[in-house]
Amino acid sequence: MPEYWDPLIERMPVEELKKVQEDKLKQLVRYVYDHSPFYKKRFDEAGVSPDDIQSLTDVKKLPFTVKQDLRDTYPTGMFCVPQSLVVRYHASSGTTGKPIVVGYTENDVKEWSTSLARGLTSIGVGREDVVQVGYGYGLFTGGLGLHYGTEMVGASAIPTSSGNTERQIELMQDLGSTAIACTPSYFLHINEVTRKMGVSIANDTKLKCGIFGAEPWSEEMRQRIEEQTGIKAYDIFGTSEISGPLFTECTYQNGIHIWADQFLIEVIDPKTGEPLPDGEMGELVVTTLVKEALPLIRYRIGDLTVIKSEPCKCGRTHPRIMRILGRTDDMIIVRGINVFPGQVEAVLMGIPEVAEHYQLIVEREGELDRLTVQVEVTENVFSDKISDLMKLEKKVGKALQTVLNITGKVELVEPGTILRSMGKAQRVIDKRNI
Amino acid sequence: MKNKLIKQISIFAENKPGRLEEITGQLKSADINIRAFTIAEAGDFGVLRMVVDKPDKAHKVLHDAGFTVSETDVLGVEMSDSPGGLHKIATVLGANNINVDYAYAFATATENAQLIIRVDVINNAIKALDRAGVVLIGIEDLK
Repeated sequence: MPEYWDPLIERMPVEELKKVQEDKLKQLVRYVYDHSPFYKKRFDEAGVSPDDIQSLTDVKKLPFTVKQDLRDTYPTGMFCVPQSLVVRYHASSGTTGKPIVVGYTENDVKEWSTSLARGLTSIGVGREDVVQVGYGYGLFTGGLGLHYGTEMVGASAIPTSSGNTERQIELMQDLGSTAIACTPSYFLHINEVTRKMGVSIANDTKLKCGIFGAEPWSEEMRQRIEEQTGIKAYDIFGTSEISGPLFTECTYQNGIHIWADQFLIEVIDPKTGEPLPDGEMGELVVTTLVKEALPLIRYRIGDLTVIKSEPCKCGRTHPRIMRILGRTDDMIIVRGINVFPGQVEAVLMGIPEVAEHYQLIVEREGELDRLTVQVEVTENVFSDKISDLMKLEKKVGKALQTVLNITGKVELVEPGTILRSMGKAQRVIDKRNI
Repeated sequence: MKNKLIKQISIFAENKPGRLEEITGQLKSADINIRAFTIAEAGDFGVLRMVVDKPDKAHKVLHDAGFTVSETDVLGVEMSDSPGGLHKIATVLGANNINVDYAYAFATATENAQLIIRVDVINNAIKALDRAGVVLIGIEDLK
């Protein structure tokens, strides 16, 4: 099994890689200026011309793009190619506003698949593997994205999409799936259902790894999943605006590799927009270096992360981003304190008695926000003594208070009460009308 | 001593309408008779405790229905259904330094009432009650 999909590029010395980025950035800026009235107007307004971009550090002269730009130009106002060159569209569901449409040229699909082929290879998925793709197929980019990457590495894709869990488990056993790609919360649900069916993922399936993403999940959750199912759980990152799922960790599980020949990443202070040095937590900004249909310049994804530039132990020289605990728009503010669902998850999963499903409910009573954290009581912790249950409530409440400085009411609920998700889990229910 | 222990079934339930209906419906369908029953409430949730004629079956049925169920050993104590009946039992337990975690009682058509207790050291409680001549009801008596 090859250790790298493209060793020359993946192990390219950092200085050379920067030169590649610089050349591509210069080309990109010229390309979008010439092909997209949106970008031309945006650059002119900012007083920046393609000629001003001579080195990588000049990138900060370029204006940001944000999700609202994609909404304002719905459906294809930011595209740089005519429809005749578009081979595929995807679209967001638009639950929180106007939907966003993204498009791909033939080469865009190839670059997207290549990015995933490198990632899959880095976690040891190749020709001998059977990959069950449990992300939704359709307008959502998850299913088709993983599907094309899987086919590119020569593994066998099973396009199960999400849902129909018992069938998923049957296929997993019958076709010998060695990898599964889905949201971590859906995998937890699959694991629950296998137990009910009398099937053990560790003993009765060939599953060796999971590629989990599309929602924030914590290191603590990873440990739970790995302990309970005996598989390796890998984080995958991407978002439909920049193509879809694109980047994974390698077997060292120490940050997500971002392919620098395809994407230029920066971390900025979300308040001032100023670039932050490596190692500082900030908002991720991505420039797509090779996309043709819908290139994005300094796109503010909204995820908060830290960039690590030093080469990984696996030999890959491309920068890594550290586990993403939340996006700026997932952040909830409870009584003036910023809370990311991912941070709450990390605290909850650090308490052995707390089961994997949880939910945060935010309400407003008069002028005060009230946070309720619901956790399920499983038979492992239920002792019949009420005092033990109350101790558990107190323990969870105290941990949230100590670690996150938030006061929340802890509510113990029956197993199965918290809605199981086939796709992205809804961890936060905000009932406030602000 | 073993046959003096009663297997009590405890169920975790959220404190909301319909939960008791669901639980008792499951037991009814499985033809399980409830011999003693209590609900302890603690805010948003409660714990239902019951002594039934077929505890193993009840445990399985409720577990399979998705409830959080546990089994606990408790004692069934016969006491006189007259003033001082409970006091006599409490005196024996107190004198032997046995703590009662919880208890529930019911009168019957006979001259005796029955008390279900969970204690901290169950074997000591059995010995002490035996020595004091208190009759313990075994699981057989509840069928």
